[in-house]
Amino acid sequence: MNTLSTEQDDVHGELMEISLGPHHPSTHGVFRMNITLDGEIVVKLKPVFGYLHRNHEKIAEGNTYLAAIPYTDRLDYLCSLTNNWAYVHAVETLAAIAVPERAECLRIILGELARIANHACLVGFLLNDLGTSFTPLLYSLRERERMLDLIEELTGSRMMCNFFRFGGLRSDIPEDWLQRLRTYLEGPFARFLDEQDALLSGNEILLARTQGVGILPPALAVQAGITGPMLRASGVPYDIRKVDQYSLYKRFEYKVPIGAHGDTYDRYMMRMLEMRESVKIIQQAMDALKNAQGSHIDPKARNQGLRPKAGEAYARMESPKGELGFHLVSDGSAKPYRFRIRPPSLINLTALEDICLGQTLADTVVILGSVDIVLGEVDR
Amino acid sequence: MSTTSPEEILTHLLEKFPEGSVSLVKDTGSAMQHSLLLQHEKAVAIANTLRDDPQFRFDYCSNVTGMDWPKEGFLEAVYHLYSIEKKTAKPLILRMRTKGRDSKIPADLAMPSFTSVWRSCELQEREVYDLYGILYSSHPDLRRLLMWDEFQGHPMRKDYAPPAENPPAA
Amino acid sequence: MLGAGIIKGLRITARNLIGSYHDPNRLTTQQYPEEPARLPANYRNFPFLVLDAPSPDEEGTLRCIACKMCERECPPQCIRIEAARDENGKLQRRPKIFEIDISICMGCGICVEVCPEYSIEMDHHFEVVETERHQSLLLNLQRLSKPNAYFHQINPNKATASDKAIAEKKQKAAERFATTKAHTPKDSK
Repeated sequence: MNTLSTEQDDVHGELMEISLGPHHPSTHGVFRMNITLDGEIVVKLKPVFGYLHRNHEKIAEGNTYLAAIPYTDRLDYLCSLTNNWAYVHAVETLAAIAVPERAECLRIILGELARIANHACLVGFLLNDLGTSFTPLLYSLRERERMLDLIEELTGSRMMCNFFRFGGLRSDIPEDWLQRLRTYLEGPFARFLDEQDALLSGNEILLARTQGVGILPPALAVQAGITGPMLRASGVPYDIRKVDQYSLYKRFEYKVPIGAHGDTYDRYMMRMLEMRESVKIIQQAMDALKNAQGSHIDPKARNQGLRPKAGEAYARMESPKGELGFHLVSDGSAKPYRFRIRPPSLINLTALEDICLGQTLADTVVILGSVDIVLGEVDR
Repeated sequence: MSTTSPEEILTHLLEKFPEGSVSLVKDTGSAMQHSLLLQHEKAVAIANTLRDDPQFRFDYCSNVTGMDWPKEGFLEAVYHLYSIEKKTAKPLILRMRTKGRDSKIPADLAMPSFTSVWRSCELQEREVYDLYGILYSSHPDLRRLLMWDEFQGHPMRKDYAPPAENPPAA
Repeated sequence: MLGAGIIKGLRITARNLIGSYHDPNRLTTQQYPEEPARLPANYRNFPFLVLDAPSPDEEGTLRCIACKMCERECPPQCIRIEAARDENGKLQRRPKIFEIDISICMGCGICVEVCPEYSIEMDHHFEVVETERHQSLLLNLQRLSKPNAYFHQINPNKATASDKAIAEKKQKAAERFATTKAHTPKDSK
């Protein structure tokens, strides 16, 4: 920290610079950090981005509005359903497309399912970063696998779903699929949550490694534009589902978990608690579906050859990682003039150096794991 | 009572700042997301007011978009602000424009940085510099974000052509 | 008590270990190459073209009319179509060249959605290993065409629905043809 001098002295010796990544299992992809260490303590940390950059925005600006949907799957590939949703939400704002009630209910079910799959995955990988070689991760992946099986059955693909369309969904969801999802969430998944809680939340080693590690103060979190579970772990009650009340979220009852300390343990707990809330939302959405009007897609909505009126729109959503927004500018043609993605994974890394300073190298790995990044979204 | 519409905010801002430092840009689309265009000189002061003044409290800058307008001849940066304290659901949109876009003089591509006001702009402004070439005059660490340091050009500009020896895959 | 959390955790892992011998919910591993992969009917991989054959031994005709809708909408632009021409150079409603580069294709299925003729569908064949990168991954008309019977086999519900829709379309066209024919003499009077 500030007290350390960069000059050589007898007590501290030389500072060491190491490059962690881009090929390192703990960086969750091809993320790289240039870390300066004083012994084991981090004194400087500079993230390096761009190893997975493919200029998604440029590709989308050369394609039609419809053809951009499958590319959004590849942003945050752990929860492509919410990416699809955020994008079609922005196009619907831009072109004033209405969405039927039934489609909104189905979207909420899928969006929350994606959130559960993402958080289940994160908890596993975070524990892997802690060095618990594989047991919690495999339990998490086992459950995610079953959710992916359900998603695959519906959308045709496990991760690249490409299921949302302007004005609704690509196809309707059969009743028996919904029933199976409900049985799964109330049966094996509920058991998994309880078991994972019993296995991890009170574990002394986990507590010792995560409590008080990587504290993110609320003022810094807001200033640095941190969103999602990471912001709420710092005690800021801000959930876009509650604030914007987009889709039908205001109809459902659910709590938004808030942390007290902003440390790694709180960020872990946010995910565990949010999964339980998401299950509640899915159950309520399934009940609401019985009386929902309309079909899975607005029959008047155009997907092919959509030409929104010239203008611009920014629309955002609470994705599992934070605020996922799309800023679209139309010049009246069939291709967006400007297509901008606001990536929560990238912006949540703004304060990474601040929360890692003074921590050990091993803790840096855990802190990065608790931020929850997916490089497909960071680098786009 | 918090002020939310850009028209109201504009009236309040013009009480404090000279005429012409901020103006309204109407959105012609269905979303009707109007925005405020800032002149460079007073931009940071206006941003600080928007963040700190109790009637605005836009404490959260969500999104920074770069844009290229070759016909109009300038580069543009668009900022989407929200208030976490007041929980506003509609963004306040700020825009700033450079003097030119093809000029070789750095001052023509420059614009003040908002990183000192909202730190969330830090990485996003680096990205805008990288992909569009807007030179943020007061940015603490203006380096390329996504492309490598030796890279020439700004790939998101509308007239960007990849170098001939490295053609895009057919 | 220090260590209580760890003991509690060990109980969970023991339950999972023992459970994996008798509870299918706890052991979900598939022995993939030995056991064939279980694919749902909706599974999509790369596109193929449906070939309508009156009987399995006959060659059959493609449903594709070379309208190039899929070529236009394909996000990564991996489809290339050229319509056939007759000896006078007049365009025919069938493709002469239909190529899909599956090294570029991302399997999104938008071509299936935009096809007005129910001609292009998503395949289940995923074990695509080639030793050469270019020609072997560029599927031509011959390699793309697969009989309707194959489509029925991989996705029976959708194949039946497509068959029905095509039959309805044909019937409507025939009705329209019949009415115009019936009206023409009257109109010409």
